[in-house]
Amino acid sequence: MTDPFVLAGREYHSRLIVGTGKYRSFEETRRAVDASGAEIVTVAVRRVNITDPGKENLLDHLPLERFTILPNTAGCYTAEEAVRTVRLAREAGVGTLVKLEVIGDERTLFPDVPATIEAARQLVAEGFQVLPYVTDDPVACKRLEDLGCVAVMPLAAPIGSGLGIRNPFNLRIIVEQSGVPVIVDAGVGTASHAAEALELGCDAVLMNTAIAGARDPILMAEAMRLAVDAGRKAFLAGRIEAKLHAAASSPLDGRIR
Amino acid sequence: MVNDETRALPDGATVADLVAALGLGTRRIAVEVNRAVVPRAAYDSTTLREGDAIEVIHFVGGG
Repeated sequence: MTDPFVLAGREYHSRLIVGTGKYRSFEETRRAVDASGAEIVTVAVRRVNITDPGKENLLDHLPLERFTILPNTAGCYTAEEAVRTVRLAREAGVGTLVKLEVIGDERTLFPDVPATIEAARQLVAEGFQVLPYVTDDPVACKRLEDLGCVAVMPLAAPIGSGLGIRNPFNLRIIVEQSGVPVIVDAGVGTASHAAEALELGCDAVLMNTAIAGARDPILMAEAMRLAVDAGRKAFLAGRIEAKLHAAASSPLDGRIR
Repeated sequence: MVNDETRALPDGATVADLVAALGLGTRRIAVEVNRAVVPRAAYDSTTLREGDAIEVIHFVGGG
């Protein structure tokens, strides 16, 4: 495999990680995931409706032999809740890779960084491979890497906002300093945002709403796959320096007189 | 209490009995009794008592 994305010792072809929320049906979820080319998909941990458990289950549509399932701790506001959620997820049998998110504010859904660090420390000690959702703060990312997280996942913008990368300079610093993969998580709205993340040198992008909320989620999933691929190739190719003034492409010699 | 709903179970019922009664035998689920995760291997040997707080979770769509 050329240019694999290596996460927690495993190689992936795809640098796009997709969520499975907000789709109209499991069928639409599966088609969007297929179109995205993603090999890692996030899921949430929730109570079973015991009065009506339903016939179908999300995981019936996402075979474990094809996908790495990444359970999240969405909706947790304390380290304790997040740790509890992750322990349950592990027992449900999808592995030890987890997306840790401890929310600090309802309106912005920005992470509670101290609580995220506290939960990450505990989960790493319990043998989990932790991918923390975190603000685009290089110091917070460094702390999380140092305590043993297998990747850091700074946000581009608030979850579901579609605003794109608000602080490319912080992301560049995080990329420059990190010895673990940097995955942009949250805030992507359209394909150019995903490409930009990869162009900045981020290793992968995680998104849900940008695809699920599009008018045509399947088409947007394909657009994101192509954008991530293009962004990665542009990063590897080494872009030209941005200059204030023009630099002619055609030779000056030999012009007619 | 199962997921905050009251459920009556026969005396001596185990976690395995509860999971079967709910029709969840083949699903990827996890069970917590009084805030402690019950390993799958212990479903048969974990007896439930009156007033236990039980959580039964599965995976749903999320980002």
